[in-house]
Amino acid sequence: MKKVKLATIWLDGCSGCHMSLLDMDEALAAVLRKADLVYGPLVDAQSFPEDVDVTLVEGAVSSEDDLEKVRLVRRNSRVVVALGDCATTGNVPAMRNPIPVREILERVYVEGADEQPGAPAQGVPKLLKHALPIHEVIPVDLHVPGCPPGAQAILDAVGALLDGRMPELGTKVKFG
Amino acid sequence: MPQKISIRIDGEYVNATEGQTIMEAARANGKQIPGLCYMEGLRPSGSCRLCVVEVAGVARLLPACTTPAQNGMLVTTNSEKLTRYRRMAVEFLLLERNHYCAVCVSNNHCELQEMARRLGVTHVSLPYNYPRLPVDVSHPRFVLDHNRCILCTRCVRVCAELEGAHVLDIGGRGIQSRIVAGLNRPWGEAPGCTSCGKCVQVCPTGAMAEKGCAVEEMVKSNENICKLAAHRGGHA
Repeated sequence: MKKVKLATIWLDGCSGCHMSLLDMDEALAAVLRKADLVYGPLVDAQSFPEDVDVTLVEGAVSSEDDLEKVRLVRRNSRVVVALGDCATTGNVPAMRNPIPVREILERVYVEGADEQPGAPAQGVPKLLKHALPIHEVIPVDLHVPGCPPGAQAILDAVGALLDGRMPELGTKVKFG
Repeated sequence: MPQKISIRIDGEYVNATEGQTIMEAARANGKQIPGLCYMEGLRPSGSCRLCVVEVAGVARLLPACTTPAQNGMLVTTNSEKLTRYRRMAVEFLLLERNHYCAVCVSNNHCELQEMARRLGVTHVSLPYNYPRLPVDVSHPRFVLDHNRCILCTRCVRVCAELEGAHVLDIGGRGIQSRIVAGLNRPWGEAPGCTSCGKCVQVCPTGAMAEKGCAVEEMVKSNENICKLAAHRGGHA
């Protein structure tokens, strides 16, 4: 049987969703019998492959770099899953949203700086006006909320997708 | 002596008393209709729209908590259409202000979060509003975080109807509406507040909490408040 190409990506989040993914423990072995992990922070691939079956996205879209990445993910993936609260609601990264970006950068890099005050302008991607849930910038096929989503919820979702089904998460997942 | 009437809820005949709302008739017969602003013993406000039901012969949906039961009424409390509208109501509540369950004192003890789970709301399909809202920490014991408030007005009603203080109210109009204390003063400077904490206990979200609670630590109980209301004969 042809293996499913599975990718993960880490945008503006804390990596907790990836930790929860690893928390599947021995079930990971069963998942990896059906899928090849072709991209993500857990493997070495340098660029996002062209034809991925399922991509799990952790994190909100907060910068121009995130935006570019998530659009590439959408172009190259058959199924895109918003994994965790940052990807589904914006969550903690979105707590800055009521405050203008310039005000935040001033507060952190000028008022909060002991030396060399000034927001970094080069070598870092520009922040977007708002940290956004990914479905506000690309179509999303499945949302798995949670901070982080439990290992079982991720397993239920990934397990169904690997079998070519859309999972019925229903009331098994929650925000927070 | 109030007249006995009979209505049908989801096909089942149910006895009710004239003057009872659909919500009261349903609950008296062991039937649960979802609700966030509704609280037994307080006057209904009809503000959250979670308890909408279908009534035969009425084209629009009606809130069960404010609609009086009428003899012969046919009420549907569960349908695909109702679930769709209830989900929408929860999404509107979530997008209007800034709700971040993961860092909330009421995480895992929140009626809004639980309602979203029960209705299978896994994301909010419309853009969020991101208003810049204050947190009132002026009260010595309690916090009022407007970011987490859904304007259910349980706090306003419990303060006015059960504590008899009426320190809390709604100020402003429309999307600018806010819970205010002491005619729009910092809560800690509101002269009528007895610091009884009933408002905190009835608040369905983390909008009102005891000071010093960290994430997930604010466990509320409105059981005693419902008992107190029952002793007083409920809302009159």
